[in-house]
Amino acid sequence: MSASLTPDSSSERSTVRQDPDPMTGRPRRSFVRRMLDPKRLVVSVAVVAVVVTVAANTAFAQTAVPEPTAADKFVQSTNLLWIVVGAALVMFMQAGFALLETGFVRAKNAGHTMAMNIAVFGTGAVGFFLCGYALMFGGYYVAVPGADWGYSHAIGSALIGSGQWVFLWKGGWALTGGKFVTSGAVLGFFLYMLAFMDTAATIPTGAMAERWKFKSFVLWGFFCGALYYPLFGAWTWGGGWLSQLGNSWKLGNGYVDFAGSGVVHAVGGVAALTGAFVLGPRIGKYTKDGRSRGLPGHSLALAGAGTLILMFGWFGFNAGSTLQITDGQFGLVAANTAIAAAFGCIGGMFWVWKRTGKPDPGMIMNGLLAGLVAITAPCAFVDPWAAAVIGGLAGLFVVEAVFFVDHKLKIDDPVGAVGVHFVNGIWGVLAVGIFASGKYGIDAFGTGLGWNSTTTHLDSAGSATGVTGILYGGTGWGQLASQGIGALTIIIVMGGVSYGFFKLSNLIFTGGIRSSAEDEIAGLDVPEMGVYAYPDFVGTGESYAEDETQSKIPYEG
Amino acid sequence: MVHLVTAVIKPFKLEEVKEALQAIGIQGITVCEVKGHGRQGGHTETYRGSEYTVDFLPKVRLEILVDTGDVDKVMDAIAKSANTGKIGDGKIWASPVDRVVRVRTGERDTEAL
Repeated sequence: MSASLTPDSSSERSTVRQDPDPMTGRPRRSFVRRMLDPKRLVVSVAVVAVVVTVAANTAFAQTAVPEPTAADKFVQSTNLLWIVVGAALVMFMQAGFALLETGFVRAKNAGHTMAMNIAVFGTGAVGFFLCGYALMFGGYYVAVPGADWGYSHAIGSALIGSGQWVFLWKGGWALTGGKFVTSGAVLGFFLYMLAFMDTAATIPTGAMAERWKFKSFVLWGFFCGALYYPLFGAWTWGGGWLSQLGNSWKLGNGYVDFAGSGVVHAVGGVAALTGAFVLGPRIGKYTKDGRSRGLPGHSLALAGAGTLILMFGWFGFNAGSTLQITDGQFGLVAANTAIAAAFGCIGGMFWVWKRTGKPDPGMIMNGLLAGLVAITAPCAFVDPWAAAVIGGLAGLFVVEAVFFVDHKLKIDDPVGAVGVHFVNGIWGVLAVGIFASGKYGIDAFGTGLGWNSTTTHLDSAGSATGVTGILYGGTGWGQLASQGIGALTIIIVMGGVSYGFFKLSNLIFTGGIRSSAEDEIAGLDVPEMGVYAYPDFVGTGESYAEDETQSKIPYEG
Repeated sequence: MVHLVTAVIKPFKLEEVKEALQAIGIQGITVCEVKGHGRQGGHTETYRGSEYTVDFLPKVRLEILVDTGDVDKVMDAIAKSANTGKIGDGKIWASPVDRVVRVRTGERDTEAL
């Protein structure tokens, strides 16, 4: 999740340096600044020329002038458009999740599952709007000389921690406050982040489907948007302690997660795991002797459509995370995304075929999604061959993970959310430390400022190294260590927080967070929601034939 | 006298059975989608790596009211057209019907066929 230089852009190195953070005295990574950075304009010229010839001519005339011209502003707006379009694509993924999860549950729970997938957008967004964004990005700032793009000063400051060890931010509660500038760019960035939060929030609804009380789910949505998601988000994309491991402990470029294998998927996936564990398996899922029983979902057609919609939206998730259309790296990102999805799809298909004798359609879907989840963190940093390896292994991992969770752990996950999002989210995080080629992220935030504003590991010319995995030597082992610390943090800390939340919820709600056995057996649609997803299923309408106008044929008995 | 012929057949055989019955002059058929199993019972399948039993397979049930004199002819026509020679082809049975009324006209028994 950040913009960065294309590999060959060192020749365009700007003389403009990022101002140090007023609180911490160190430069911080930035998204929007790079979107605006005048040096980017050289790269942007081609794009501009295609779009508006007049603007392009103006752009050619200047190269490193800090004051934004009309052409600069045009490029800024174009990059902002990329963010807003990306946000819309990511939000459309919600339709994919809704169809996928609803298809994987039984008909008697379809209305309940669909309602959760829609309501979570509202509940999560309210939490993120009120305080989640402030906690995640309150201290985030962008220094762009000569341009006020809303982030020239941080909205707030550190709430917990300081310097390279910030744990939460404050400032900009409900998008208000003295320093808060309601500029289009800030709000576009908020919108994009909101869509990502929504994705994380909806992952547990699948693993916990068919037995989760709706009111407990509502509390989860608020909690996830307000605190749970922003917590790990602040540590990584918000510039907190994990992102600064490159500076503090000199471990590569710190924790690197381009579009959120960890921040979004593993964080949501670990909550799916703990939530499903706290709830317990659905009635009938395990026989008395502990054997797992298949409970087929009611519509593979819905689930399949959802899978493909998710893949469509994923291009906004990954490619959009360049945060600037003038960074042509988004082409490689998008291609890597598709490659990993394809290899994940066939990896899952062939592996489940080998393991069970049939190419289970649900596993083909899970395999494709596993490839997408795994490539999300490394997508900008790896070569296409590595995307293929990461995706193919993801397909294999998801099958084994689903079997392990189901048969060994005996945690009931109707949709495979744990295998797809948690296991492959962790795999994607680690894959950065293995396969990152070092070609991208060189001087990501200016000369001597690497990814995550890392200032260690400069070469003899004072240039910061790109994000590099162990296969490419250099800072590889340090990078893998950063990724490992990030992965362990998700498993232990976020796993602990989510487990605590669900256990606490069990105490708060009368009768716990699980529906009554009676409701579960009837299906949650009517007991919880008051309406069947498929009313024709039980027969209505046909019996209301009270039409008096029909001619009466005498019955002559 | 009227008999009720009931047949449980494989769903994809319905079209052939219908044509065979029309060929011998049978005009009314009631069809219902049902599930069931016979001697071989159900079988197990795997869903996401976990086995589940398919105890009841989809079948189609036909109900035909026929003149008692036509019962054998109708049963033969169904048996011939529904046959695949594999397990699960179904069954046909006939039972006497006490009385029949055509709803529209009130006609009775064989008149109502």
